[in-house]
Amino acid sequence: MADSKPPYKLIGQNYTTPDLVAKVTGKARYAEDFRADGMVFVKLLLSPRPHARVVSVDASAALAMPGVHGILRASDFPAPPPPPGAPPRPAGAPGAPAPPAGAAPAGAPPAGGVAAPVAGAPVAAQSGAQRATPATAAANTTAAPPAGPPLAAEIALTDEPLYEGEPILAVCADSEELAADAIEKIHIEFEPLPFVIDPLESLRPGGPNGRTEGNVFAAPNMKTLKWTAADMAMIDQGKFPSGAEAIDNLSIGDIEKGFKEADLIIERDHQQQTTPHMPLESRTAMAFWKNGKLYLHGSTQSVARTVAALAGWVGIKQDELVLISEYTGGGFGSKIPGAQTMAIPALMSKKLQGRPVMMRISREEETYIGRTRPGYTGWVKMGFKKDGRVTAIDAFLIEQSGPYRRQGDNATTANLASLCYQVPNMRFRGISVATNTPPPTSQRAPGGLQAGVLFEPMISEAARKLGVDEVAIRKLNGPSGQAVFGLLPPLPPGAPVPANRPRQKVTSAFINEALDKGAAMFNWEERKKRSGQRVGSKITGVAVATGAYTAGSIGVDGLCIVQPDGKLIIHQGIGNLGTHSLSDTARVIAEMVNMPWEQCEVVWGDTSKGLPWSSIQAGSQTTYAHTRANYATGMDLRKKIQEIAAKDMGGKPEDYDMANAKVFRKGAPGGRSMTFGKVAERAIQLGGVYDGHEVPKELNAMTKGAAASLVGMGLMGVARDNLPRDGQTYSFLAAFAEVEVDVETGVYTIVDYLGVADVGTVMHPHSLGGQIHGGGIQGIGHVRSQKLVYDPHYGAALAKRLHHNKPPTMLDIPLKMEWAAVELPDPSNPIGAKGIGEPSIGGGGAVIMCALAAAVGDGVLRRTPVHPEMIATALANGGKPTYEPLTSFI
Amino acid sequence: MSQDGMADAPGLQPGVSRRNFIKSVIAAGATVGASAYLFRTTIMGQNDSNLPGSVERLITLDINGQQRRVDVLKNETLASTLRYKLGLTGTKIGCDRAECGACTVLVDDVPHYSCSVLTHTVRGKKIVSIEGLAKPDGTLHPVQQAVVAGQGFQCAFCMPGFVMATAGFLKTNPNPSREQLAHGISGNLCRCADYNKILDCMMHAAELSRGA
Repeated sequence: MADSKPPYKLIGQNYTTPDLVAKVTGKARYAEDFRADGMVFVKLLLSPRPHARVVSVDASAALAMPGVHGILRASDFPAPPPPPGAPPRPAGAPGAPAPPAGAAPAGAPPAGGVAAPVAGAPVAAQSGAQRATPATAAANTTAAPPAGPPLAAEIALTDEPLYEGEPILAVCADSEELAADAIEKIHIEFEPLPFVIDPLESLRPGGPNGRTEGNVFAAPNMKTLKWTAADMAMIDQGKFPSGAEAIDNLSIGDIEKGFKEADLIIERDHQQQTTPHMPLESRTAMAFWKNGKLYLHGSTQSVARTVAALAGWVGIKQDELVLISEYTGGGFGSKIPGAQTMAIPALMSKKLQGRPVMMRISREEETYIGRTRPGYTGWVKMGFKKDGRVTAIDAFLIEQSGPYRRQGDNATTANLASLCYQVPNMRFRGISVATNTPPPTSQRAPGGLQAGVLFEPMISEAARKLGVDEVAIRKLNGPSGQAVFGLLPPLPPGAPVPANRPRQKVTSAFINEALDKGAAMFNWEERKKRSGQRVGSKITGVAVATGAYTAGSIGVDGLCIVQPDGKLIIHQGIGNLGTHSLSDTARVIAEMVNMPWEQCEVVWGDTSKGLPWSSIQAGSQTTYAHTRANYATGMDLRKKIQEIAAKDMGGKPEDYDMANAKVFRKGAPGGRSMTFGKVAERAIQLGGVYDGHEVPKELNAMTKGAAASLVGMGLMGVARDNLPRDGQTYSFLAAFAEVEVDVETGVYTIVDYLGVADVGTVMHPHSLGGQIHGGGIQGIGHVRSQKLVYDPHYGAALAKRLHHNKPPTMLDIPLKMEWAAVELPDPSNPIGAKGIGEPSIGGGGAVIMCALAAAVGDGVLRRTPVHPEMIATALANGGKPTYEPLTSFI
Repeated sequence: MSQDGMADAPGLQPGVSRRNFIKSVIAAGATVGASAYLFRTTIMGQNDSNLPGSVERLITLDINGQQRRVDVLKNETLASTLRYKLGLTGTKIGCDRAECGACTVLVDDVPHYSCSVLTHTVRGKKIVSIEGLAKPDGTLHPVQQAVVAGQGFQCAFCMPGFVMATAGFLKTNPNPSREQLAHGISGNLCRCADYNKILDCMMHAAELSRGA
């Protein structure tokens, strides 16, 4: 940072993001807002069953309707890459639509003479009715991996629906209504298969398996795990069988020793619900083909990092795709690289010789296919010393993992506990149970929100029981500096235990400073005296909680051009999902060359415009990753401006400084100078590294392609983030809240909420406040109202809309909320910035659980969401929980 | 309390209690099935205007101060007409029906969920969508100005609905308390949950509106 002089001119200031006026005037175009000549529409046929095999499909009546253009089945999709070590998928046949009479059988010899993996299998009989399961394929090869059959990866359409609402086929017609009418005329015969909604039922001896391959995910595939009758008898008595068999095991230290040292032990059964992401914009997409390229208007969180995924789903090369996504109506993890279903209009359009195809996804469809946060059923035991120090944690968390893969939120939850409480002895055991429910993926702080809601009320309970202040107990246990954390997998049997097995460490942790700042702002010492006090029918609960999550990655690229017209054009491969990181991090380049923001433009959201390689817009990585990349890019640009100035005006490059789009001798801004426009002209004359003819070899191929498309346009700044980093970057949040619980009705009001973030240097206050509060309120929604519900008998989804699993409204939160940041820079980032999107949510959910416990008693509320009747009934029963976490799943 | 015994939210426009609103929606025949979310392009043989109960299809609508001639099916919602017939895609559809408010437009100055209003019921009424809020010379409406000044909203998919709901609310209560305003626009969901900043912006919008 030798060349820049904090305090910054742009960083840390409020400004208007370059997309805002378009948004507020209705000009901003999201995927569904695009139209094209001749556009036709697809509708999806969704599975009415939670698990079944498609035996036959008769679409003849539908396809005979005038205005109906075609049907898409699973077999129309390219095979996803097989899992490591897995034999290749059988070619052709699986899931193919019934071929017309006389046509060559699906599953004809594979093109290119690839060794047939299923030689001898009755290929011709493999109609959609008799899908060759991967198990069959594996059984026919000698190279089957020892761990079991390979799992079929999820593709956009399927012939073995694994959850109600999974898309089976798509029909294209002149209108949506016509496509929907055509779907009504399709006859499908299903063979019902066993299904699982409640993970515990699947662990019961004789209980159903969510997949034909097994019931639990065990790397690399699946296995069948049933608990003993004795284990299940404990569950039936409402007691978690903490000695039962697990799949995932991680640990550190010696928990037996840790519990021996403890003066207080708290043990808790616990359940959290599954929630849908529900971004307000569904995963709509529109596609057409032109000149051999696919043009796709989609809704995605990331742009640069959606290209490879989408090209793979469609089965084309990356340079055959133009992705346009300038505005995305939220994602929260559900659209990290877009959505697999974007391939549906793309492939349908291909079938129709490139005709534009629109696929609108309704709210109900979005709730089915739009991904979820996995629910937990579990048990935790924590040991504390008298002073509040956590001595040991033992956690057993069963995750409702959906049908396709281990989600792993539960292991993340455990790792975060090891970070947040710096516990020397900890064990995590987990099972990711296959369930026939909408598939999970990362939802804003996957495992992080659950960690706060699970552990933080136990910390508060310990503080109450030990007579320790609730802020003090968190400071006592919390991380600071480059705190070490993380759990380790078990060693192979008989292996010697190495002296220092490597664990992770953070690049910075200022949670204690956040707690101090928050306590002062919240007037903690005074307000905590009110906690638990009753006035009339209302009890006040006052609480504090902390949250943490990853907050940055490294190694991405930046790209910018100073044009001869004097403008600085900053290219960003970042998606515009609403976090403002797209433009907040662009400002770093402007800052480095002291350029007025008004003379800068940001280019984003269209891969034909030359976008550099980016981080994914997930994991709260972007602000950290792209302040680094754009710092490197800004320094590259600065150096080149200085070099050109020295060439033309004499002296050495380091003699030159710059401001207001001019470069001049240091200390002499009024003397001889060159405008950036002139510098750009000279760069074009000089060529080489200056105008993009030569770029660093280390750049990602996407950045190289983008630079090549911009060669000769002006002075190019381009760089990869090669800056060092020692550790993993995490951000932290201290949350404070006050609730008021009506003990007669159970209705509770959140009176006040304060979030204080350790996010390093503040980039954009308006945006940071929005993230701290927005995350906090989403955490509140998890605790208060959101939930997917199923009929356990039929596996049918009952909550399919916003009203059924309602996110918070303006009236469910405090009328006025405050926020702050500790503003201590992260030493591993040249700007000092860290991410905030996810660290904000866990503290928000946790602090409401803690405040409710402060009002109604510890251990009364052991599952979420907390509805008023749960409180009222529990209090009427002397504090006995209304729902047993283990015996009442729904 | 309003006459029908339901509590008016503080500051709610007189006469539009929730129950009255629901009644009016039902009276307007807006409780259509899921097919309302679908729309039909013009196809030979698909024209149902000869069916019993059909209505005149080519109608004139007063939208954003312009008279627009448009071919409207009898089961077509205002959101569909705006977005898919008139190209006014600033109005967003966030849910299947009347849950999120992203499609809010003004009908004779009153905010309506346009996904739950049949287009045929608004003939002769003045409709304003997000595209019609700024002046023809581009000067932003005070609500829009306040959003820009305060960097309101995140993904902004809900923004057009919120802006229209606020613009409508401020016409009936130009000087609301924060609580009144929150009640007045609480029928709009923001999934990014940027509510605190939205309310900050909208309180500023009320100030700007009064000054304008």
